[in-house]
Amino acid sequence: MFKTIAIVAGLGLALSATAEAQTPRKGGTIRMTAPYGSSFTSLDIHTTQRAQDEIYAKALHRSLYIWNSAEGKPVLELAKEDVVSGGGLVHTFKLRDDAYFHSGRKMTADDVIWSYNRIMDGSKAYPGARYVRVIEGAAAVEKGQAKEISGLKKIDDFTIEMKLTEKVDPGFYFFTALTSIYPADEAAKESFIQKPIGLGPFKFVEHVPGSRIVLERWDRFYKPGKPYADKIVVSVMGEAAARDVAFRNKEIDTSVLGPAQYVAYQSDADLKGTIVEVAEVFTRYMGMNPNFKPFADKRVRQAINYAIDTDLIINKLVKGKAYRATSWLPLTSPAYDKGMKPYPFDPAKAKQLLSEAGYASGFEFEWTTSQNESWGLPIVTAIIPMLDKVGIKAKVKQVETAVLAEVVRTGDYQAFIYSQASGPDPQAALKCFHSSTPQPACNYTTFKNADFDKILDEAGQADDMAKRIQLLQKANALLYEEAPVWFFNYNKAVMAVQPWLKGIQLNATELTHQNVEDLWVDETSPAK
Amino acid sequence: MLSFLIRRVLQTIPTVLAVVLLVFVLFSVVPGSIVSSMSDDSDPQIELRMKKQLGLDQPVYMRFGTYIAGLAAGDFGTSFRTREPVTAMIAKRAWPTLQLIFASMAFAILLGVPLGFVAALRPGSLVDTVSMMLAVSGLSLAKFWLGLLLMYLFALKLGWLPSFGYGDGGLKYLILPAVTLGVSPMALLARTTRAAVLEIMTADFVRTARSKGMSETRVVKWHVMRNALVLILTTMGLQFGALMGQAVVVEKLFSWPGIGSLLVDSVLQRDIPAVQGSILVVVLFFLAINLLIDVLYGVIDPRIRYS
Repeated sequence: MFKTIAIVAGLGLALSATAEAQTPRKGGTIRMTAPYGSSFTSLDIHTTQRAQDEIYAKALHRSLYIWNSAEGKPVLELAKEDVVSGGGLVHTFKLRDDAYFHSGRKMTADDVIWSYNRIMDGSKAYPGARYVRVIEGAAAVEKGQAKEISGLKKIDDFTIEMKLTEKVDPGFYFFTALTSIYPADEAAKESFIQKPIGLGPFKFVEHVPGSRIVLERWDRFYKPGKPYADKIVVSVMGEAAARDVAFRNKEIDTSVLGPAQYVAYQSDADLKGTIVEVAEVFTRYMGMNPNFKPFADKRVRQAINYAIDTDLIINKLVKGKAYRATSWLPLTSPAYDKGMKPYPFDPAKAKQLLSEAGYASGFEFEWTTSQNESWGLPIVTAIIPMLDKVGIKAKVKQVETAVLAEVVRTGDYQAFIYSQASGPDPQAALKCFHSSTPQPACNYTTFKNADFDKILDEAGQADDMAKRIQLLQKANALLYEEAPVWFFNYNKAVMAVQPWLKGIQLNATELTHQNVEDLWVDETSPAK
Repeated sequence: MLSFLIRRVLQTIPTVLAVVLLVFVLFSVVPGSIVSSMSDDSDPQIELRMKKQLGLDQPVYMRFGTYIAGLAAGDFGTSFRTREPVTAMIAKRAWPTLQLIFASMAFAILLGVPLGFVAALRPGSLVDTVSMMLAVSGLSLAKFWLGLLLMYLFALKLGWLPSFGYGDGGLKYLILPAVTLGVSPMALLARTTRAAVLEIMTADFVRTARSKGMSETRVVKWHVMRNALVLILTTMGLQFGALMGQAVVVEKLFSWPGIGSLLVDSVLQRDIPAVQGSILVVVLFFLAINLLIDVLYGVIDPRIRYS
């Protein structure tokens, strides 16, 4: 149902194709990098929503579903079958009976129920609660009104029944590591956080905080013949320049590239072939507060979209490491409408709209931003003169990224620039603009539009997928027209991959999150 | 000497308390909280439960009291983020940080002090000019840039050393980060040593020693070196403490698992107990080194007396 439009560049595609054509080699070590900070947050993956932590968690843990990059959708992982009944609200999962935790114990329905109940412990605010909340009775557990999720029932050791509150595809809710299944007996122990136990293809060996995590092959992994590699080392490497040296020195097998390195690698004959890229499901935008008078007028919001030369910024500042946004849903979304065109750069049109809205002489606003190089201060600084030309003055308010996250949730801004997940589920992504979605959840611009709500509600009830996609595209087009944000770009994730590492998947949800059991290294790898 | 030591240790208590209070108050007023950074969609009721569970629903003065009581019992608290005891988190990082700092200082002392001596013994010579040029360069170089240069040269071009990582904690992984961190104190020690030696060389007691017919080697060894050491030691002590703070750049660049990177990550994630614990350890280290230096003054210079 969900067809992915993967954007693959040059040899990135060739790499994958070559990998498929060869017979995977057993053994060797895969050396991945965690590029988003100087540490892993925690070895308890239920507690952390950072992309950094899911890199190792993909090797160590497993969830009910897994993201299939080739198909562009979540597929069953710990269950073999999902029978839907009750008008699309009840899912009966037949669990795998061959999944063993790294302690040697077989996974059962009790572990699934225990894990989801744990995630809903409201006093701990586990980030995965946002997904498990879709199960009936989960919110009551979160609020301390119940001890167990009423919508989860154990039928037998390998069958569970899950009753949902809405008619959604549970795959989108239960594929990330935030909803990993833990061993009920082991995970309750304090030692679990030091030596985690999972169901993944690799078991925990060592964590050197601030430096690396080492994992080795789990021989009882349920996929026959997998994983291929003996060992995985995930090194924490927050500095792009250090990663660059290590990659060129063949000390690491993967490296995430920033805009500057993207340009350098493209122009280097030896490195060009190592580039793999994909349009990730993140939309970068400037959010406008409708409680600030000028932004309450649609024409002003549209004028801002016309006044900014977005292509110029993407090409010059972001170095082409992004795709121009045409509305909210990104290129890799199944509901992306290829026919949509972005707002053209048209300052005259912007001035006309401002004049019609009663702001012929412009106005001034405060723009809250972080320092982020791809969607922060450098971008804002470049835009200010463009807005100035149509009479709009922007004052910069610079804050730390952690503070910006709080600012957008509380609405303490006139405008902000941000990067927000806009997939993989288009229904969930657009729901962030539904009037019933609270601002702290993800409706950061407190968007309210009765027509939009109606279309989205209809889409949620549609059983026919084609009809659903059509409605979602309509909702997405309405967002474009209403312009609650300046539509900037969709992130282009770029990774350099050594030629000996095969099986890299173009994961649009986060390129660094690899199903590592499918990766393998050939005999040219310098790692033992 | 014992009473001096006791007095000095007691003097550190107000310093430590002041730092703890400052950090505590600072992180109580800065925007951004652990609750919002952990989960971006929880409702106010759940946020309230979480705050209660973390003790953040109490007034600042009560939280501070609880924290101080815990500290007195040797408990640094529990990390908001990892739910691990902060002492355990710091313990994991302490040894790599100490390894890095001591190796850096060893490099700085072994190279900087002799360089300064040689330069001072031949002022205005080529050796002096080259030594001081090196020292000024060492002080001017940004650690991040220097680290990258060293990586490029010794890892990528020469292939002698790994460019990053902790490995097994062995010497080959330690060399590049230690040199990167040690160049600045090395340069400072070289300049300080040169200045101290030059000043002492013109002192009356040195002139007297020479006029009594003492050989130049003995003059330098017994009079110049011994007296210069007091100033050199002071610089060493300050540099030791400063390196704890400077190590963060080097740790991050080389993926070295130290307290500096723990501190930075904890600040960004608003993990207050981990921030407080990390800062406290840095402060205690700084105070301990200074105490040690004070004691060494007495050993080196018999004129300094403690009663």
